[in-house]
Amino acid sequence: MAKTHITMKVNGAEVEGLAEPRTLLVHFIRENLSLTGTHIGCETTHCGACTIDIDGMSVKSCTMFAVQAEGSDITTIEGMASADGSLSALQEGFRMMHGLQCGFCTPGMILRAHRLLQENPSPSEEEIRMGISGNICRCTGYQNIVRAIQYAAAKINGVEFREAAE
Amino acid sequence: MNDMTPTREQREAKLEGMGCKRKRVEDIRFTQGKGSYVDDLKLPGMLHGDFVRSPHAHARVKKIDDTEALKVPGVLAVITAETLKTVNLAWMPTLAGDVQMVLADGKVLFQNQEVAFVVATDRYAADDGINKVVVEYEPLPVVIDPFKAMDADAPVLREDLAGKTTGAHGPRKHHNHVFEWTVGDKDLTDAAFRKAEVTIKEMISYHRTHPSPLETCQCVCSFDKIRGELSIWGTFQAPHVIRTVVALIAKIPEHKIHVISPDIGGGFGNKVGAYPGYICAAVASIVTGKPVKWVEDRIENLTATSFARDYHMTTEIASTKEGKVTGLRVHVLADHGAFDACADPSKWPAGFFNIVTGSYDFPTAHLSVDGIYTNKAPGGVAYRCSFRVTEAAYCIERAMDILAQKLGMDPAELRLKNFIKAEQFPYHSALGWEYDSGDYHTAMRKMMESVDYAGLRREQAAQRAAFKRGETREIMGLGVSFFTEIVGAGPSKNCDILGIAMFDSCEIRMHPTGAGIARVGSKSQGQGHETTWAQIIATEIGIPADDIMVEEGNTDTAPYGLGTYGSRSTPVAGAAIAMAARKIRAKAQMIAAYKLEVHEDDLEWDIDGFRVKGLPEKTMSMKDICWAAYNSVPPGMEPGLEAVSYYDPPNMTYPFGAYICVMNIDVDTGVYKVRRFYALDDCGTRINPMIIEGQVHGGLTEAFAIAMGQEIRYDDEGNVVTGSFMDFFMPTAVETPHWETDFTVTPSPHHPIGAKGVGESPNVGGVPAFSNAVNDAFSFLGSTHIQMPHDYWRNWKAAKNLGVFA
Repeated sequence: MAKTHITMKVNGAEVEGLAEPRTLLVHFIRENLSLTGTHIGCETTHCGACTIDIDGMSVKSCTMFAVQAEGSDITTIEGMASADGSLSALQEGFRMMHGLQCGFCTPGMILRAHRLLQENPSPSEEEIRMGISGNICRCTGYQNIVRAIQYAAAKINGVEFREAAE
Repeated sequence: MNDMTPTREQREAKLEGMGCKRKRVEDIRFTQGKGSYVDDLKLPGMLHGDFVRSPHAHARVKKIDDTEALKVPGVLAVITAETLKTVNLAWMPTLAGDVQMVLADGKVLFQNQEVAFVVATDRYAADDGINKVVVEYEPLPVVIDPFKAMDADAPVLREDLAGKTTGAHGPRKHHNHVFEWTVGDKDLTDAAFRKAEVTIKEMISYHRTHPSPLETCQCVCSFDKIRGELSIWGTFQAPHVIRTVVALIAKIPEHKIHVISPDIGGGFGNKVGAYPGYICAAVASIVTGKPVKWVEDRIENLTATSFARDYHMTTEIASTKEGKVTGLRVHVLADHGAFDACADPSKWPAGFFNIVTGSYDFPTAHLSVDGIYTNKAPGGVAYRCSFRVTEAAYCIERAMDILAQKLGMDPAELRLKNFIKAEQFPYHSALGWEYDSGDYHTAMRKMMESVDYAGLRREQAAQRAAFKRGETREIMGLGVSFFTEIVGAGPSKNCDILGIAMFDSCEIRMHPTGAGIARVGSKSQGQGHETTWAQIIATEIGIPADDIMVEEGNTDTAPYGLGTYGSRSTPVAGAAIAMAARKIRAKAQMIAAYKLEVHEDDLEWDIDGFRVKGLPEKTMSMKDICWAAYNSVPPGMEPGLEAVSYYDPPNMTYPFGAYICVMNIDVDTGVYKVRRFYALDDCGTRINPMIIEGQVHGGLTEAFAIAMGQEIRYDDEGNVVTGSFMDFFMPTAVETPHWETDFTVTPSPHHPIGAKGVGESPNVGGVPAFSNAVNDAFSFLGSTHIQMPHDYWRNWKAAKNLGVFA
């Protein structure tokens, strides 16, 4: 099948490649760009493991063709750490609050939480739960993911992280 | 001592040993997308394989035509059963002693069964090839209802077993019968029922569901023709077992097989077994001479690899009028699907279902299990539970509530009345287990006090009165569950897989500078072994956990282990780790004695090294001993500091817990709200409380899913109607309740560190808590038992059947 030349910005760098019109964006990112932090859990847009950030929106990259991303600005999990290599507030929050176990949903979850905190810098627990409801985690039961996002929100906002009493 | 000398507390804290909420070392890579999962692997020249699958649940395969498929650009080969027959691999043995088709051999027995394997240059070309393979089927009558499978005129499913009146586990009664397994004293139990003042009988079904880890099953196989070596990277919970199975069935010498489990994206029992994809990828690599990757998609995962449960349990309890139980009788119809591919220890066709007497002192019990074939996917894995233990816990916990209802007793009071008492441990159950330890009354009472159980019952009574007065349409249920798990398979005297005893292992190698590596036969799939195993070692040998690297999953480097499932890692591998560490410490003591010029009996252990008794200033740290081990050991001693332990546990471990679920249900819509869920777990010694809590949260969430909607359902034609995340209930953060956790600590008396295992307890105890809450809510309307799963529609239907809309 004929391939199309595409260019896009990924994690701040201009990249290019050849993709068939049917190539899914997630396969282009994982296989052509070798950025394997973005995962595939269902291929039907339910699980959110493939969530990335495109032009300021959370997008499930298994449900978009690579050619549709022509000219777009993409952030994947590989672009989330700070320039000096230290963990971002969200990455730190997930570790500190035990917001991950097998790690498979984590990149998509962190990318979604990243956008959520851009949209709503101080979300309530209910808003966090609703905000990540497109991402499935099989290990944690979400409670510690919620705490991880609250931790990150507090750190970004420069306030003390206070855990809600059980 | 000057001000710079660290205090004992500081020295302890520096180790980050057992009991510490150590942050996970795995998270550094996982939070940055730098985990290394199977599908991330890209080898030079790697091909992709994918399956042609059957649309029919039961059909004869008349013809497979691959002519057009082979013309598709990129398609290199189409493998069928005929291809596999040339290497004697068209069928493979299952862990349960049955055989299973790798690719359809003459017929198909379940929807989405593997029919042909298309090998191509990439996954898209493989898919194009699949669409061009033409398979001619002749549909056959389908058996889906397990209660009809043993009808005299039921269609014959397994023609390969024609005339075989004996299977792997004894006589077969019918052409669709797999095995019958009986335990206990039938005569004594029958007598108890004859004499009983009160009896209950209920058919309690535990529906078919699926573990569905977020990462599906996958592998990359690479055969090196020159060396005759096969390398397999795969999502294997038990990599060594896979290596031995491959050696046995593919006739490749075991030392020429390299199995590597990299990071695994969740397992929950799904990744224990051997699947046709692994065999086909290996054969494809041998045929093409190139690495071949196979990655299951979600629909394939849900419909073809490893269902769980599907147990239909007719349960009877005999009791006195006062509620003292006198006998238990259970018959299980176990639906195994098309092949018996249960991942149980080989001698246990129904796993450890004979833990079904639960936490109660039944003087006698009798259990029989009939395994049967139907036109459903094979499997029968332990989905986040020890082997068939969650079925058993559900069975007895539901039945105890039914008995309480009949007696007019409170379900918690009935349980307290019948618990095995703390002084009865070690306790021998009527169905043959020796419970190592427990204190059930303390745990139950702590739960009841923590949630104000009496207050909740008063609230429920008021709610019921209000409902009857027509003031509310909400009903309230309290789901009490008290479970006893049986984990840590297992002692070689009764547990093996294909003849290999279910020990586990650890090798520790300390380096001169005081850091070390531990290689373990278990394999984490998210449990955080790299973190917790180092904590055990830190406490045992006084080296900071940060200085111990833990490695699992590479069969070339790790000592032989039986893998991670059935909550066996801490009870078995955890024990091996402690024992290996103690060997290190024993040698270290001899080195320290030599260096300090005292007899080794004059030394005592002190947090991170040895000190001379009575002379606390005269010490040698473990770090210094590591250095000495490489330059100045006592005369006659071999240099170096390493140890291996293979641990054969003397008994299982028996974690337990008391759970309660408080739920309201709107009878007009069936919509439920989990108001509160409290889980008290006793897993013995707690290695990392943070990880334990995480495990409990996750297990409860899976229990919630199963009890409240998650089901693999078939229509009458054998079509899977819940084959994607659209229909298969997968709770999100919105549906998932808030979890409250608590604990008691009753250490295992036979485990080196007293730990029992916890990962699966919340699933085992959680399912009955949810189901009992729903059933308790409806009970005052005249209902005895409503089958799971309790989704909104079924709750509404239950309300309707109970006449609340009249």
